[in-house]
Amino acid sequence: MGNLTNEAILQHIQSGLPGTIISAQESYGMCTIEVQPEKIVSLFQFLYNHPEMAFQFLTDLCGIHYPDQAGKELGVVYHLHSLVNNLRLRIKAFVPKTNPQIDSVSAIFKSANWQERETYDFYGIEFIGHPNLIRILNVDEMTYFPLRKEYPLEDQHRTDKNDSYFGR
Amino acid sequence: MENNLNATFEEHSKAYTTLNLGPTHPATHGIFQNILTMDGEIIVDSEQTVGYIHRAFEKIAEHRPFYQVTPLTDRLNYCSSPINNMGWHMTMEKLLGVTVPKRVDYMRVIVMELARIADHLVCNSVIGVDTGALTGFTYVFQWREKIYDIYEEICGARLTTNIGRIGGMERDFNKEVIAKIEDFLAGFPKVFNEFCSLLERNRIFMDRTIGTGPISAEKALNYGFTGPNLRATGVDYDVRVMNPYASYADFDFNIPVGINGDTYDRFMVRQEEIRESLKIIRQALNNLPEGKYFAEVPSFYLPPKEEVYHNMEALIWHFKIVMGEADVPVGEIYHSVEGGNGELGFYLVSDGGRAAYRLHFRRPCFIYYQAFPEMVKGSTLSDAIVAMSSMNVIAGELDA
Repeated sequence: MGNLTNEAILQHIQSGLPGTIISAQESYGMCTIEVQPEKIVSLFQFLYNHPEMAFQFLTDLCGIHYPDQAGKELGVVYHLHSLVNNLRLRIKAFVPKTNPQIDSVSAIFKSANWQERETYDFYGIEFIGHPNLIRILNVDEMTYFPLRKEYPLEDQHRTDKNDSYFGR
Repeated sequence: MENNLNATFEEHSKAYTTLNLGPTHPATHGIFQNILTMDGEIIVDSEQTVGYIHRAFEKIAEHRPFYQVTPLTDRLNYCSSPINNMGWHMTMEKLLGVTVPKRVDYMRVIVMELARIADHLVCNSVIGVDTGALTGFTYVFQWREKIYDIYEEICGARLTTNIGRIGGMERDFNKEVIAKIEDFLAGFPKVFNEFCSLLERNRIFMDRTIGTGPISAEKALNYGFTGPNLRATGVDYDVRVMNPYASYADFDFNIPVGINGDTYDRFMVRQEEIRESLKIIRQALNNLPEGKYFAEVPSFYLPPKEEVYHNMEALIWHFKIVMGEADVPVGEIYHSVEGGNGELGFYLVSDGGRAAYRLHFRRPCFIYYQAFPEMVKGSTLSDAIVAMSSMNVIAGELDA
């Protein structure tokens, strides 16, 4: 078991790949960094091959949508796990909704294959270099990306669930 | 490859055959399709189609109060619903910063380990069925029913349990529950040993499973394997030990690992885990601490019904909870538990609203089922079917 800390991760990345991290914070003990989307593959390679950090397990990959963040509406959230250090790292990369493109990490982690397809299916984020970027859970004929916030689940004309009744 | 009916015998013997395994096929144990390209009886390639029972849980969860997400988690891996329920409760407790009493942890551990036994029993006995041994399956299923009787005594439901609450358990273990667990601990090992002797050293079973559907540790990690499937390759990664939750650090148990990562190793790892789970339940039951079975979380834990009927404050709290009017902190959180078939994770982003801003379920079998084509390439169809059932792919979890 190594003694890697969240601060050490940030220092390693800042010295090895300067200019990659946009912002960093700690959320419930997990180091969370926002990075430049165009540098995602080089960052993953760096983290994977680094002898001390060895982030060699991709736990999770999913999308997120913030309609109000102009130019950075759609995001991809990666959870990496360094099994030798038993430390997790959350990486976020945001792309504009008008051109939602980011490089695929499926060449580094085979587990990213379906998870990137799922993210494409839900949010329409295109993963460049993905071997087979087609919908996975929804039907191929679908013309929209259902987890984006502009698609409401329920009929928005319902009046019996008005939030203003509850002071919102 | 098209199956040309007018081809000559020569052409036929050279051509590949396309075979649809699924979507509804008795050997897939769930609705998912594999389009196999076969050379005689050997699988050359396979293409998977999933999503037949996709229910958009992640979208639904963005529109429901937090306590209403629990029934959604029931329907992920429905062979071990209580683990999913507890995982979700613990995620919420972590977000809210709630510490639950020791007694709750121990009660949860008992229920979760019972669920793990039920899950592994289904998987392992079905491997037996797929190799032609139905006896073990019908035999141990009576004991899975007894586990469901225990759930029923605790929460009133059997399959989709919705067990526990955010902040604790819905009620204390009564005498019936304790008696039923004691009965189970007394009676099950004998039956389980008979099940073991039916399969573990059975020559036919060993010939069918040893060396089929293998995967190396390196590949398994790259494919995101977790749970018994990863441990069968020799990697001792278990969330219960790596990131202990619910006081798992208090218990003495082993993490069984395999060597070859083949069907037999996956089977044996689950067999050993059942024995370890029995040990954990025994320890938890012996050392069950006294105390409350819930934490003080008035905005999430429903007040007792008698109070609601006779006490104004309790009525208000009840109303607020049911309408989902509780305040939650803004934040994002990842919490994972060791599910029946791997690391079940919850990635929750909260904006302080009445529902999750984003909730993502890390479903273990969705991630590791990708490796199936590589694992069965070059093997026979009958081996592929056994390999598939040994991976414990649950359609509800696969498609969320």
